[in-house]
Amino acid sequence: MGRKLLLEKAHVQGIRTYEVYRREGGYRSVEKALKNMSPDQVTEEVKKSGLRGRGGAGFPAGMKWSFLAKPEGVPRYLVCNADESEPGTFKDRYLMEFIPHLLVEGLIVASYALGSNRTFIYIRGEYAWIVDILEQAIAEAKHNGWLGKNILGTGFDLEIYVQRGAGAYICGEETALLESLEGKRGNPRIKPPFPAVKGLWDCPTVVNNVETLAAVVPIINMGGDEYAKIGVGKSTGTKLISACGNINKPGVYEIDMTISVEEFIYSDEYCGGIAHGKRLKACIPGGSSVPILPANLLLKTAKGEQRMMNYESLADGGFATGTMMGSGGFIVLDEDQCVVRHTLTLARFYRHESCGQCSPCREGTGWMEKILKNIEYGKGKKSDIDLLWDIQRKIEGNTICPLGDAAAWPVAAAIRHFRDEFEWHVQYPNAAQNRNYGLAHYADPLPVLAAPKA
Amino acid sequence: MADQPKLFKVTIDNITIEVEAGTSILNAARMIGGEVAPPAMCYYSKLKGSGGKCRTCLVEVAAGSTADPRPMPKLVASCRTNVMDGMVVKNITSERVQDARKGVVELLLINHPLDCPICDQAGECHLQDLSYEHGAEDTRYEFPRRQFEKHNLGPYIQLHMTRCILCYRCVFTADQLTNKRVHGVLDRGDHAEIATYIEKSLDNDFIGNVIDVCPVGALTDKTFRFKNRVWFLKPVDAHRDCPKCSGKVTLWHRGDEVFRVTGRKDQWGEVQDWICNECRFEKKKTSDWVIEGPTKVSRHSVISANHYVGTVKPQEALPEVLGGRQPRLLMDIHSVSEVNKPNVDLSKIPGPAHSNDFKEGKG
Repeated sequence: MGRKLLLEKAHVQGIRTYEVYRREGGYRSVEKALKNMSPDQVTEEVKKSGLRGRGGAGFPAGMKWSFLAKPEGVPRYLVCNADESEPGTFKDRYLMEFIPHLLVEGLIVASYALGSNRTFIYIRGEYAWIVDILEQAIAEAKHNGWLGKNILGTGFDLEIYVQRGAGAYICGEETALLESLEGKRGNPRIKPPFPAVKGLWDCPTVVNNVETLAAVVPIINMGGDEYAKIGVGKSTGTKLISACGNINKPGVYEIDMTISVEEFIYSDEYCGGIAHGKRLKACIPGGSSVPILPANLLLKTAKGEQRMMNYESLADGGFATGTMMGSGGFIVLDEDQCVVRHTLTLARFYRHESCGQCSPCREGTGWMEKILKNIEYGKGKKSDIDLLWDIQRKIEGNTICPLGDAAAWPVAAAIRHFRDEFEWHVQYPNAAQNRNYGLAHYADPLPVLAAPKA
Repeated sequence: MADQPKLFKVTIDNITIEVEAGTSILNAARMIGGEVAPPAMCYYSKLKGSGGKCRTCLVEVAAGSTADPRPMPKLVASCRTNVMDGMVVKNITSERVQDARKGVVELLLINHPLDCPICDQAGECHLQDLSYEHGAEDTRYEFPRRQFEKHNLGPYIQLHMTRCILCYRCVFTADQLTNKRVHGVLDRGDHAEIATYIEKSLDNDFIGNVIDVCPVGALTDKTFRFKNRVWFLKPVDAHRDCPKCSGKVTLWHRGDEVFRVTGRKDQWGEVQDWICNECRFEKKKTSDWVIEGPTKVSRHSVISANHYVGTVKPQEALPEVLGGRQPRLLMDIHSVSEVNKPNVDLSKIPGPAHSNDFKEGKG
């Protein structure tokens, strides 16, 4: 049984209300931080904990905080990125819906550390009902003296505002989020300058994911060093994984990053195996934009080692044979799923969500979708597969924001690992309309390369 | 000296130049000139905040600076990246850049209608130049191209979104030149379009400048549409006393008739002064203007065809890039032809060349 830090109290009846949350030990970290620690000490604790950003990129949060410029007389802002729109990711929703006070508590501590007196939660428009839950929680916290002026008599003022987005995936990119929060069109900004120097209204700003900010609470409660002991290597602490797809028990799970992918999929504690007794074909372990892996590479790395559920192990082998932890949207595909169709769905999503600001992404995503549609519906050519590869290569790395990369990677990985399925679609267009390619050899054990003799 | 502006040494394609701190790579490369300057479709030096969107000016930074000589992992937009001391940049000497640029041009063109034969911009279109220099000769795109309805923006300007490459220059122009912004971008992704919100026409005195900044034929002058091809017209510099603007323009005329009026453009295709709508749309007689003389047109441009006087020879940067070596020619015309003599400079000859010119040159 893995250790739980964030969802420990999630199943306590009424944890959504202030009274129950406080009775279960809530807001202890605020008392500890504001009364006994300086803002720099809080940042130092977070640095020591090794907490990595939970939004997808995995950048160390404490480091990000220490980059924040602190010029005199200029306000600083903390913005909570709750624009969780990555297909397959729904962990922040769970967190905000069931234990909203945990986020509010984390926000107070983080705002104190960063010196932000006005903190914003930018939430995706589709999470309409969660706005009410958060605002209720903020009102309760304010009523009980955790927000407002002179909190706990320490002289620290803080207000938290919830801002709804209008439902654009691109606004989950931090600079597009800031533009949107300022009331403009959600186009990503060109970096540098980074938000830590010039962010919201040209003031220094830190943008963090919901889960990252919630994780600040256990870090302060138990201490950064203690937190860093959980997990392995640079993957410290616990991570929420939102598992979905063809599994018996979809849902949000908290893992301590010491279990293997195989255990996560098949153990009864987590996903409970593939639904209807089918076999595992492929999996996207970190949300739609990270590379898809076939079953054999998912369970074992190219070196033949067990693949673990942590940042390093999932990325083992680079993009050639590995993938990424991403935001923890764990999508499982069984043997009856078609990878071409799946890739088309993702390409359609990225075409729809491209902001249209820079040309490779605006034009390239639409082109990829059209070609994939042809292949899926039996009108493809063999050369289309190479063309797709070439288009994704020309998008990747050449755009302003990471959405271009996010659109290119799933297509690249699908072709890299499932090229024969694409070719089968082209070669047998009629058969491809009636049946799926099936599992084929995607779960066969890979030949282990013998280590060179020393 | 404390007053001296700080100079940064930057090497672009093996040519080292000293520029002031805060200069972008693109502007440093433009100081060198010639092929070394990356193409720019969206950057416009006179518009604040422009650039970074079209991705044609991508360059490779082989060394970040003297202090931190690591190369940058990704190609960077040269128009929005400032130089550092000791930076080493590769533009035409980098295969990665050439490959990426070719990709960007291909992507810019897949939804472009390529209706150059009926487009008023043809001959002075930046996208035409760009695809001629960096594009592929064939398209791999087999799908119907994106289309939009034409819109009238006020009485003088027509917007044809189908040709637009979304460089945002006109948005910045409307934002920065006019005081009431009614011009922006609607929708997103490949169906994003330039729009005045709910068909509101633009009636500001300086809004005509959006035609000049448009790199393609998406915004055209309704007083000039389909009247003539630009290369059949004679561009002359002219001015008039205008209470609203500087009054310094380029007249495009044939005989007494002025077909259109534009701002004076520099060698990068950027206007030197913004001009007002009255000068642009209403003064269409040569008598309205004081003509200064023929406009200097780059020899690259089709507009210079048949106008030898005043054509400007482009700067040759290649020998410098190649470390002093001359570029290898596939065939040197002078070695096989008696007609053309290297000592006769065609652009020095007033009017079309005549056999007499060559006799003289021989002498």
